[in-house]
Amino acid sequence: MLTAEALQALWLTLQLSTVVTLILLVIGTPIAWWLVQTRSWLKRPIGALVALPLVLPPSVLGFYLLLAMGPQGPVGQFTRAIGIEQLPFTFWGLVIASVFYSLPFMVQPLQTAFEAVGKRPMEVAATLRASPLDAFFSVALPMAVPGFVTASIMTFAHTVGEFGVVLMIGGNIAGQTRVASVQIYDYVEAMEYSQAHSLSAILLLFSFLVLLALQMWRPQTKREV
Amino acid sequence: MSGIQVKLQINWPNFSLDAAFEAPGQGITALFGSSGCGKTSLLRSIAGLEPSARGHVSINGEVWQDDQHSIPTHQRELGYVFQEASLFPHLSVLGNLQFGRKRSHAKAQIDLDALIDLLGIAPLLQRKPESLSGGERQRVGIARALAVNPHLLLMDEPLAALDLARKQEILPYLERLHRELKLPVLYVTHSPDEVVRLAHHIVVVDAGRVVASGSLVDTLSRVDLPIRLGDDLGAVLQAKVADIDSQWKLARLDFTGGIFWTRAQQLVVGDAVRVRVLARDVSIAREKPTASTIQNVLSARITDMVNDEQDGFIVVRVIVGESALIARVTQRSVAELKLELDQSVWIQVKSVALT
Repeated sequence: MLTAEALQALWLTLQLSTVVTLILLVIGTPIAWWLVQTRSWLKRPIGALVALPLVLPPSVLGFYLLLAMGPQGPVGQFTRAIGIEQLPFTFWGLVIASVFYSLPFMVQPLQTAFEAVGKRPMEVAATLRASPLDAFFSVALPMAVPGFVTASIMTFAHTVGEFGVVLMIGGNIAGQTRVASVQIYDYVEAMEYSQAHSLSAILLLFSFLVLLALQMWRPQTKREV
Repeated sequence: MSGIQVKLQINWPNFSLDAAFEAPGQGITALFGSSGCGKTSLLRSIAGLEPSARGHVSINGEVWQDDQHSIPTHQRELGYVFQEASLFPHLSVLGNLQFGRKRSHAKAQIDLDALIDLLGIAPLLQRKPESLSGGERQRVGIARALAVNPHLLLMDEPLAALDLARKQEILPYLERLHRELKLPVLYVTHSPDEVVRLAHHIVVVDAGRVVASGSLVDTLSRVDLPIRLGDDLGAVLQAKVADIDSQWKLARLDFTGGIFWTRAQQLVVGDAVRVRVLARDVSIAREKPTASTIQNVLSARITDMVNDEQDGFIVVRVIVGESALIARVTQRSVAELKLELDQSVWIQVKSVALT
């Protein structure tokens, strides 16, 4: 039912979303923690910056990222200096763009989760000889596990669904940057509706299952002793 | 330097604390005051949980904070019991107990099994905090704070969030605690009952200042600054059950300077007890009263007389042997009996409350 190119696009989508989710877990966690803990005036500007991709047209984000990663852009010059010829129109270019694009979907649920943990458990941990870093890993992280699950699912799903940024940064190269959403666009352009149907149905089902999983997970997130 | 020395200031926009006190390096010291008086902020500052607090904290020679340095909370050798037990929800009871214990560098003095026995939490070890009752949680919280072998235990109204039955459940454990562990405790409370029942030393806090501090017995018998615990003035005496009169169901309590007779209840000869004698239950006579229903008649000497807050009343401090009691009498009786300082009088004590 699915053609080889459709499977290839799905496989690529899966790789992209997995890599982006893992990277964002590493980047998003300290950002979310900082946003919860800080009393700096930078808190609100940074918070707004993180949320920007929520409202920005993907083409705008993609355009600026393209400029930045291009041969004249700061990122492009840096990558060239360390021996990476080109980022746009490659898989890793897509990864970088998606990390920006999906950032709020990781940071915001984590921020909510860390806020729910509150200051008290960290104070308790301090009175029990745990340094701040120790307390973060031994208390805040485990208590925020439901938030990590939500954030990872949201990030993964959102990356699966991206289209505009991919087109701007990655173009449409089979096996490299042609993800499922772009493949569907191609099929429709080429009037191959039945192919577009099967792939769309898979994404539809996937999205529904993701949201269903989130709904099922939620009831367990009540806790506060 | 031994003992506890604290001198701390906080300046917040709507609250300021400027508190200094000393307390013995052993036994329970109550930080007593009404809600909002700053006693919890004082306790949190001693623990290093209020980074804006400036001043000096030293505990039996260990300097935790001075003008130059402030050791972070996790390096202070303390145990802290919060008002709500604040157990870690992701860990079992045992996990909560071990959390601090495995991070503590203190030479183990408190045996974990003994501690679990002391607080009666052995059956709870595998349970999660969410399945415990309020009283059980607080007992685990206390055990968790003690499991790190602290040099000072800080307790912030550990019973305030509990109903009366849960309080009665925990109080005996707290009493065992101070009998069995040689550990200074700073105990924040606004409950007169808890002060009288548990404390040896008291620091009275009002509006961010320490207004009185000293041993409970001395402080409660002061009349220059009468300390009302709740609505009542009263002195506290340390006594010992010396005899039981089984015919009349009375117990004889010996204290330095005299004896009291009180209901025998379940007292046993040799028990150390603490009695509270309310000022309104003490009356004064010039002559030794003979035929009276009041059993406790003691020879005393007046050492202080001060007008009471309430018009028409005078608070009189008397010494019985070496112990001090206070009486609250009307100005008219003082005038009619011509009571004056250094006079020898007889006091009648209507009742004494065992705490």
